[in-house]
Amino acid sequence: MNEDWVLYEVFIRSRSGLEHKHVGSLHAADARMAIEHARDAYTRRQEGVSIWVVPSSEIIASDPGEADALFEPARDKVYRHPTFYVIPDEVKNI
Amino acid sequence: MYTQALDSPAAGADEASEERERLERFQARIDRDEKIEPKDWMPEAYRQTLIRQIAQHAHSEIVGMLPEGNWITRAPSLRRKAVLIAKVQDEGGHGMYLYSAAETLGVARGELIEQLLSGRAKYSSIFNYPTLTWADIGAIGWLVDGAAIMNQVPLCRCSYGPYARAMVRICKEESFHQRQGYELMLTLARGSEDQHAMAQDALNRWWWPSLMMFGPSDAHSVHTAQSMRWKIKRFTNDELRQKFIDVTVPQAEYLGLTVPDPDLHWNEASQHYRFGEINWSEFQAVLKGEGPCNRERLEARRAAHENGRWVREAAAAYAAKHQGPARAMKAGAGALS
Amino acid sequence: MSAAVEVGSAQVSLAERVEYLLRLADTSLIAGQRLAELLGHGPTLEEDLALGNISLDLIGQARLLLALAGRIEDNGRDEDALAFRRDAPQFRNMSLAEQPNEDFAATIVRQCLLDAWQLETYESLTGSREEALADIAHKALKECRYHWRFSAGWLVRLGDGTEESHARVSAALGALWRFTDELLTPDALDARMAVCGIGPAPSLIRERWDTRVSATLAEAKLPKPPHRHYPWHGKRGVHSEHLGHLLTEMQFLPRVYPGATW
Repeated sequence: MNEDWVLYEVFIRSRSGLEHKHVGSLHAADARMAIEHARDAYTRRQEGVSIWVVPSSEIIASDPGEADALFEPARDKVYRHPTFYVIPDEVKNI
Repeated sequence: MYTQALDSPAAGADEASEERERLERFQARIDRDEKIEPKDWMPEAYRQTLIRQIAQHAHSEIVGMLPEGNWITRAPSLRRKAVLIAKVQDEGGHGMYLYSAAETLGVARGELIEQLLSGRAKYSSIFNYPTLTWADIGAIGWLVDGAAIMNQVPLCRCSYGPYARAMVRICKEESFHQRQGYELMLTLARGSEDQHAMAQDALNRWWWPSLMMFGPSDAHSVHTAQSMRWKIKRFTNDELRQKFIDVTVPQAEYLGLTVPDPDLHWNEASQHYRFGEINWSEFQAVLKGEGPCNRERLEARRAAHENGRWVREAAAAYAAKHQGPARAMKAGAGALS
Repeated sequence: MSAAVEVGSAQVSLAERVEYLLRLADTSLIAGQRLAELLGHGPTLEEDLALGNISLDLIGQARLLLALAGRIEDNGRDEDALAFRRDAPQFRNMSLAEQPNEDFAATIVRQCLLDAWQLETYESLTGSREEALADIAHKALKECRYHWRFSAGWLVRLGDGTEESHARVSAALGALWRFTDELLTPDALDARMAVCGIGPAPSLIRERWDTRVSATLAEAKLPKPPHRHYPWHGKRGVHSEHLGHLLTEMQFLPRVYPGATW
């Protein structure tokens, strides 16, 4: 008989106003249990005010082998950053 | 030992040089202090070394719940009881974080636990010693957690991202463990004559096993060199052991307790304590399963696993009946609140 | 703090106030001690953490309530004197709390029946005229809500899980149900506490407890056992044999080393 539970990834919002952040994983048989386990394991020291849990198998990740193709092209687009533009000092509020 | 696997000739000359290049690129990343993440390419030996080390570490946390858990029901005040529950519970949490880190390397927790229960996996030898009096709870917090912190702080900078992140969390949580142990020892050392004697007896029994926690001396350590190259390990066993002794001896003096080593003395020239010979045959025997509690510890873990099987099955069956884990018992299930 | 609380024509003595607080305190303490036994022995690592948290909540409640009882009693007994220096007949916990962890089903059934009672009781006690008790109840209520969420979830999983889990949880329910009589049947002290506004109205607790537990039993596909009169009440100091052994273990150090501080 099957006794394996599902691996879930846990995301915690540490306080309101901040985004949820990945903190680790755990095993649970169902979604409700996953929330409870996340609460019991990852918020024992008031680390959070909100929890997301996602079955690990549902996460779609980029392939590190494609990292060059995915991320390198952004490298030379320096004109996307404000420091690329030279504005005389006497011009204010820009 | 794992370097041998790397040296074995690949099928063709092209493949071999390709493999060599990949290894060089990998080592270069490590040398630049880049973190390795789960889906990155890594040498199989690196993966296996990490699985072995993280699993041993996780097993140690889980088995480590037992000697201290032995005193939860007998803690002498409600405050101490709450502290001890919180501490043992933390250890369970740390085991969980570590199993999670190991799982990112493609090995299931169930498989690792199976290795522990069948006696094939190692865990820290220290947990095969018995907790005979309440003072042992203080000695474990002070010495065993103290030694563990020495070992673990450098692991926060380990080259493998998930392991390093788990260690950051663990070290943060463990900072109270050693302090509560020392506070407990201080209370006993300053208490009645009986209590003082209890504290000294605990130090006598835990001192040497704590020194053994750092592992065999560098000359005999199988894994140290390669692990240092991969930045899985940052200091050698002997360096960490010396550091532990240097900080701990003055703490024992403050307690008014005597470290059970007649050869222990301060060496002005080296600015370190010199200490007596560690009984390595005892260390090897305990690792091999001949310690005072090896049998009891594994029996307790096996019993928990066996007795829990029907529970795990029931929860899995319930989830399956209610159309898969994600749909069974919705996270916020109102009907039950 | 005044010795007696006077409300209308009813007057409650200091001894009665202490006695009532001990019922609450000891129930939390003994239930917390029982759960603490399981740490390191649960069916999964995650369950170890969960049961540990519940145990810590219960022991925390016990400490606050015992300290309050000690202050009202004003006889020099602090939380530890009350926890470690009383014999079994002086304990006032509900007998349900002291029942052993025979298996995970017995633990879950015990917690579930008790959690529902604590949840309703503390909800009501937030309006207690014993102000310090009302403060404690506010804190305890939040904890009890989570305890109930946890244990009720498990009751449903075990009841509606496998044949084996259903059989085990049914057996545990059959064995423990008689102790619910004590939770729901008020005695003279419960009645006086209700009249003077310190304790909840017993009929209210019974009704709410019944609604809550019945719904969860139905979801767990477990038939509700018939009510059984069971007059040996731990809350009056008449316990099962289990409590003596639990206390022997819990109290051994302070008894071997009288006068020591820890």
